[in-house]
Amino acid sequence: MQGFLTLFRKELVRFWKVAFQTVAAPVLTALMYQLIFSHVLSRHVEAYPGVSYTAFLIPGLAMMSMAQNAFANSSSSLIQSKITGNIVFLLLPPLTALEFFGAYLLASIVRGVVVGAGVLLVTAWFGLPLPSHPLWVLSFAILGCGVLGTLGVIAGIWAEKFDQLAAFQNFLIMPLTFLSGVFYSINSLPPFWYVVSHVNPVFFMIDGFRYGFFGQADVSPWLSLSVVGGSFILLSGLALWLIKSGYKLRH
Amino acid sequence: MASAIEIKAVSKRYGALQALDDVSITVEPGEFFALLGPNGAGKTTLISAMAGLSRPDSGSIRIMGHDVIRDFRAARMSLGVVPQELVFDPFLSVRETLRFQSGYFGLTRNDDWIDELLSKLGLADKANVNLRALSGGMKRRVMVAQALVHRPPVMVLDEPTAGVDVELRQSLWSFVKELNEAGHTIVLTTHYLEEAEALCNRIAMLKRGKLVALESKDKLLQHGKEREVALKLGGPLPGSLLPRKVREEDGRIVLKLADIAQLEHVLAALREAGVAVRELNVIEVDLESVFVNMMHGGQV
Repeated sequence: MQGFLTLFRKELVRFWKVAFQTVAAPVLTALMYQLIFSHVLSRHVEAYPGVSYTAFLIPGLAMMSMAQNAFANSSSSLIQSKITGNIVFLLLPPLTALEFFGAYLLASIVRGVVVGAGVLLVTAWFGLPLPSHPLWVLSFAILGCGVLGTLGVIAGIWAEKFDQLAAFQNFLIMPLTFLSGVFYSINSLPPFWYVVSHVNPVFFMIDGFRYGFFGQADVSPWLSLSVVGGSFILLSGLALWLIKSGYKLRH
Repeated sequence: MASAIEIKAVSKRYGALQALDDVSITVEPGEFFALLGPNGAGKTTLISAMAGLSRPDSGSIRIMGHDVIRDFRAARMSLGVVPQELVFDPFLSVRETLRFQSGYFGLTRNDDWIDELLSKLGLADKANVNLRALSGGMKRRVMVAQALVHRPPVMVLDEPTAGVDVELRQSLWSFVKELNEAGHTIVLTTHYLEEAEALCNRIAMLKRGKLVALESKDKLLQHGKEREVALKLGGPLPGSLLPRKVREEDGRIVLKLADIAQLEHVLAALREAGVAVRELNVIEVDLESVFVNMMHGGQV
């Protein structure tokens, strides 16, 4: 347990020491999106009855930023440790696979949630209502960051070079987060993209997160919870198995 | 009492390369043990297998009686490893590094021991310096301290003095010697044979993944079949001694002896021929020549 706590703390220290890059920058990026898209689209789109586009956009942007940063936290920490070689200091101590995974996961969730809170804070004045179901907000924030943090662990273990990790990030994580209904309600999509969106777990994270704020969404929050929760369980199982088997960590 | 390290029939293959081939070694508690061999002999692979960094294809390894795979927590608690590569976390200071490392081993409030390590390794004034700002030698000391945060009974150093200045080498060895005298079992790999010769009591030699020798240092040295004697003579070498002549250097004639007792014959022959001995020097076999001999396929 002490091993887990220590690694968790180390991971927090790691991103907090470079908080400009790991927290402030993504918050600023989200604010830019908010400014630009709400300026361009606010008069054209009403996402849900009674919900303005500017308000609709905020939870989507917050969740997208959380997802991307949760992924970035575990994946970049692992690949840096692997490439510099200091991962050896984590492989020599008696840490179990669960402790190892849990520490990276939890630190990713914390970074994601901190970034998400920052995004909500700077964009809320665009008209975000107080959450109508705070528990849903919290659940999807944590679970969503959990899914992406776990994907980050898997990608960080798998990648051998920064280039491979960048490919994972640019060709999988970015499309998943952008094509997830951040900027639109998927009910407005043509049938093909409507179906595609439904196999994207990030869509369900955002939709469930939105439900927490507005009390309405494209699908039921329970469906979203099962998809996001199911993805989390599956990916965690995979990550734990990789760590336990020593895949690309112990030769 | 369990052996400090018990390596049983360990083999490991990386693709076409047989990195370890049926290696068995037992190291008893309190030993100072050297693992020698040229680059690529399998030394680091063997250390990695002890530390759980690599997994043998077959065979088993126990540290203080704990299997390194089945009982990995106890095995790793008993083992401190200083890796060969100079690695560090660029985000952390020396003290942070050691505190985190203690925590990974489940230790909180380890500051007294950390302070002791810092002062013994000459790092006390660097405690709050970021690792990036330290010289290579200083980083190496931090790695030694990291390996010791949990006071492991067994310590393994993988070429800790490669690329390190003379002063540090000396202070490092006196520190490691001290640890050994305090009861720690020490295993080291090194390219500097004189280090192994000066420090260790038992030596294993690896060649292409195979154990080619495992003996006490003295025995290994005895295996050097021949000794040489360099003589400065007052006259020509008597004919009876000509077959012994190996070479001449700086006006000295070097003769080979099957063992030290043959010196008697040489001196008798010289006396008989009336040739005065101006200077006499017996050249001891050193580990290096034994080593080179073995690595070139010679048998001991």
